[in-house]
Amino acid sequence: MPTVDSQLAVADGVHDATVTDVESSARRSTNRVVAQRLSLAYDDRMIVDSLSLQIPTGQITVIVGANACGKSTLLRGLARLMKPKGGVVLLDGEPIHRVSTREVATKLGILPQQPIAPDGLSVGDLVSRGRHPHQRWFRQWSAEDEAAVAWALAQTDLTDLATRPVDELSGGQRQRAWIAMAIAQGTPVLLLDEPTTFLDLAHQCEVMDLLQHLNETDGRTIVAVLHDLNQACRYAHHLIAIKGGEVVVTGTPHEVVTEAMVADVFGLAVRVIEDPVTGTPLVLPLGRGRQT
Amino acid sequence: MSVAVPVAASHERVSDEARVVDAHGDHRVRRRMLLIAGLVVSVVVLAVVTVLSIAYGSKPIPVGTVFRAFTDFDGSNDHLIVRSLRVPRTAVGLLAGACLGLSGAIMQGLTRNPLADPGLLGVDAGAALAVVIGIYVFDIGSLLGYVWFSYAGALVASLVVYALGSAGRTGATPVKIALAGAAMTALLGSFTSAILLLDTETLDQFRFWNVGSIAGRDGDIARQIAPFAVVAIAVSLCTWRALDTLALGEDVARSLGASVGRNRALCAIAIVLTAGTATAACGPIGFVGLVIPHMVRKFTGPSHRWLLPYSMILAPILLLGSDIVGRVIARPSEVQVGIVTALVGAPFFVVLARRTRLANL
Repeated sequence: MPTVDSQLAVADGVHDATVTDVESSARRSTNRVVAQRLSLAYDDRMIVDSLSLQIPTGQITVIVGANACGKSTLLRGLARLMKPKGGVVLLDGEPIHRVSTREVATKLGILPQQPIAPDGLSVGDLVSRGRHPHQRWFRQWSAEDEAAVAWALAQTDLTDLATRPVDELSGGQRQRAWIAMAIAQGTPVLLLDEPTTFLDLAHQCEVMDLLQHLNETDGRTIVAVLHDLNQACRYAHHLIAIKGGEVVVTGTPHEVVTEAMVADVFGLAVRVIEDPVTGTPLVLPLGRGRQT
Repeated sequence: MSVAVPVAASHERVSDEARVVDAHGDHRVRRRMLLIAGLVVSVVVLAVVTVLSIAYGSKPIPVGTVFRAFTDFDGSNDHLIVRSLRVPRTAVGLLAGACLGLSGAIMQGLTRNPLADPGLLGVDAGAALAVVIGIYVFDIGSLLGYVWFSYAGALVASLVVYALGSAGRTGATPVKIALAGAAMTALLGSFTSAILLLDTETLDQFRFWNVGSIAGRDGDIARQIAPFAVVAIAVSLCTWRALDTLALGEDVARSLGASVGRNRALCAIAIVLTAGTATAACGPIGFVGLVIPHMVRKFTGPSHRWLLPYSMILAPILLLGSDIVGRVIARPSEVQVGIVTALVGAPFFVVLARRTRLANL
């Protein structure tokens, strides 16, 4: 697995022209998001138990695991949407629960699964709301806000749809609009909970390509929960496999996605071959009839 | 702090994006002009309705006489009616109307429930019961006394409705909140009725008040309620940003750096102040807070930055308009405004709900 530093060196070489806050801060510290012995629970039901992990800065990390294994809960815990029962999440070395909500919102954004916009809200207005953490009662809407919104719309190819209501868009466009809101927020770290669920194949590709593009253009750290293992292998630099609220294995897709891992984590017999297009692992379920 | 926008990717892209920024900016500017123009028109209509409310009443008084009541007051019966009855009544209508419109808009935004309204969710009923208890048990006789009972009642009722509506695993769904509100309204209303039936004096005093009326409000009441209404309106207008972020859902609001608990508390305070003030001034008046935000939303969209000021200005138009209708349809007697708003509001709402699907909030 390539180290974080070597990845960043590559990123630095490519993007000399566009020095961003992300890259400069990435140079300062290695990993901005770290969980240490993190435990998360709903009421008394423990979902994540004493889990430790690191999110490599400047990379795309994908969290995979069976349904109800605690992936989404983990993501919520990392984003400070849940108070841990034990352990700690560090954001830039500081316990995230001691950082103010607003400060977290300038460093880390999260897009929950299936967010709902109020009817009639235009794409432009939705994306504008991403600027909330940068506004104060004395400083309302600035040229910087305007530029960030225009940039987010352009990146997500939504500029022409800016005046359209979000509820009239197709599923893929709607997901892009929410991602535009999240990137207008301008956080160096972006977490996404199942951004491709309920989208058809073309729209899934569209969303994942967009995330890859965002990662490549400004070195943004991206963490996504995905269901599709093949998709995860294609887009992730770093994979984290979760089972029963615990990390089973982490590493590059080649290191993580093996027949043994899928059998363990998903309880599914598969054959893993090389993806003829990308060379990444490709998971083919055997199905009940072909198991030996 | 933020991800800087990469500016110089390529010359082509820059000019492309510049064009795009302009197009988007143009649209924003045009839309803002339209919304400001609409607000100006609304204020003009409100001014006209205010004048009509002073000029027309159950006793026909020539317009010239009405005018002279201000320029050349002669103490005649007609002049007295205009200055000591119609003007305070209009002032109370303006203030209470603004409060009703805002409380409905904020309640709909906070609960993300298109059916939210202080009348439907038991807040008004709680305020009314508390006022009646104040009169009956504590012998409170002035508005400066009622208004605190009204706030306390509104607060307790909204807390109970919210607690009932959010009980169980699914949390506070719109339907459960609406059911809890309807049940509370019925329960509190029957307590109020019971007290009024037990005590005929209280009944006499509050017969009008209880159906919602701005009649018989003298200058004192208008002056006394004004500071409460101004505070309530000011707090309400500060909630727009909180409501806009809450509208995206709890998780997104938090992710955008909003403190969900604090924002909700601010909105709840605004609801209690507006609903409590309006109820103390004129008794529970339904439908204004429900209908107006829905009408406004068709024009402004869901952004509370515009929704709140529009609701504040359009609601008194409906309230005063209904009051004027109530004065002239049953001459020489009057129909209380609470009845007229229900008569006008209910069918209007049915049409609205049937013709176009109500906005999901």
